[in-house]
Amino acid sequence: MAEQLQVDRIRCDGHGLCAELLPEMITLDDWGFPIAKSGAIPARLSEHAQQAVNACPVLALRLAKARN
Amino acid sequence: MASLLGGAVGPVPTLTGGQLIGRLEAANLLGRGGAGFPVGRKWCAVADRAQGRAVVLANGAEGEPLSAKDRTLMVARPHLVIDGAVLAAEAVGAPDIIFYVGAAHRAAEAAIRQALGERSNQLKQHVRVVPAPAGYVAGEESAAVHFINAGAARPTTTPPRPFERGVDRRPTLVQNVESLAMAALIARGVERKTCLVTVSGSIRNPGVREIDLENTLGDVVTAAGGLAREPQAVLLGGYLGGWAPIDEVWALPMEPQSLRARGLTFGCGVVHFLAEDACGVEATARIATYLASQSARQCGPCVFGLSAIGECLRRLAARSPQASDLDRLTRWSGQLEGRGACKHPDGAAGLLRSALGVVADDFKAHQERRCLGRQPAQPAMVQPLAAVA
Repeated sequence: MAEQLQVDRIRCDGHGLCAELLPEMITLDDWGFPIAKSGAIPARLSEHAQQAVNACPVLALRLAKARN
Repeated sequence: MASLLGGAVGPVPTLTGGQLIGRLEAANLLGRGGAGFPVGRKWCAVADRAQGRAVVLANGAEGEPLSAKDRTLMVARPHLVIDGAVLAAEAVGAPDIIFYVGAAHRAAEAAIRQALGERSNQLKQHVRVVPAPAGYVAGEESAAVHFINAGAARPTTTPPRPFERGVDRRPTLVQNVESLAMAALIARGVERKTCLVTVSGSIRNPGVREIDLENTLGDVVTAAGGLAREPQAVLLGGYLGGWAPIDEVWALPMEPQSLRARGLTFGCGVVHFLAEDACGVEATARIATYLASQSARQCGPCVFGLSAIGECLRRLAARSPQASDLDRLTRWSGQLEGRGACKHPDGAAGLLRSALGVVADDFKAHQERRCLGRQPAQPAMVQPLAAVA
């Protein structure tokens, strides 16, 4: 099942670990908050995506079922 | 023939919920609060729930500074708004109705309360009026629900959306008061499609007007007494809408779908004309400063992004920009979409993008510390554009 990244914007405090662990999908804006690529996470990155999710100190990053 | 602001309306005919929803869909009624979501589909989403007793939240918060149409409607036609809320409650199977009316709109709240007093005791037992706190985001639907549940008018993370879990965790239909009044007209078989607009800025007779959906911007100007001074641009949809060049939109119908097809927004019906001798950068700086001040301060991209955009625009408006301010603005305007719990940052970014396109010459001049000869001597940048009524 294809998955996509979902950021809980209210929880996110801009720690930035996700962008370090998954730079292919997540960059940071000028204030350190994540800009996540939309769409399904490629299979080769799914392990890194899971690590990024696990690393978030405020549990703001989630994997959700990809649309379509 | 009855319309939103005029004409006698007879009693509400007896329709099943399904019949009324069918009529709303056939009429292609879109929500009038700003987002333009199809009303019939929204009612269906609540009516088709698996379980739970629903709630109808009639939204008359009207926090947009340039809009006055909701309070005007509630004062002029409180019973029509109540009819719409009752029809919605019947159609979706909601035993309770809440009227959420901007606390600053005293006359509107009084009119709704008085009209409710004239209704049946049975209805009165299931209705309450809740004053909505001041603030731009207080009317956002998840913020309205959160205020009623917890006293804080701040958006919440969705899903769940209010139609899934809203007031008291019950499925909640949040519907703008004009949408409800329109539904009450459609239930009576009124076929004329009208909407309310609030016209302001460089116009002879500013205020709220009811127009036909096929009316063009030119017709709106005529209805508002003509232009006061030659405008250079028009703001459509309010502070979260966008600037458009007058010539390009003059002959366009104000109908939301045709505007959307041009990348424009009808929003909540704001039409604001920027005078030729006003400065587009300064006007945009005022709006952006206001929007930054109205952030619910929950989401980083909104808190920091909007405040940085405001600072950047104020430097540009004062013709003392940093070297890359215009480049920064352009970059930020493309980075905020979908990055808040609500659409506040999306709207602010859209407004900024439209400004960078429509008054691009002003921005370029200001980056070079010039103004195209139309800036007032003392820009008052922290005040929003003059609100209507």
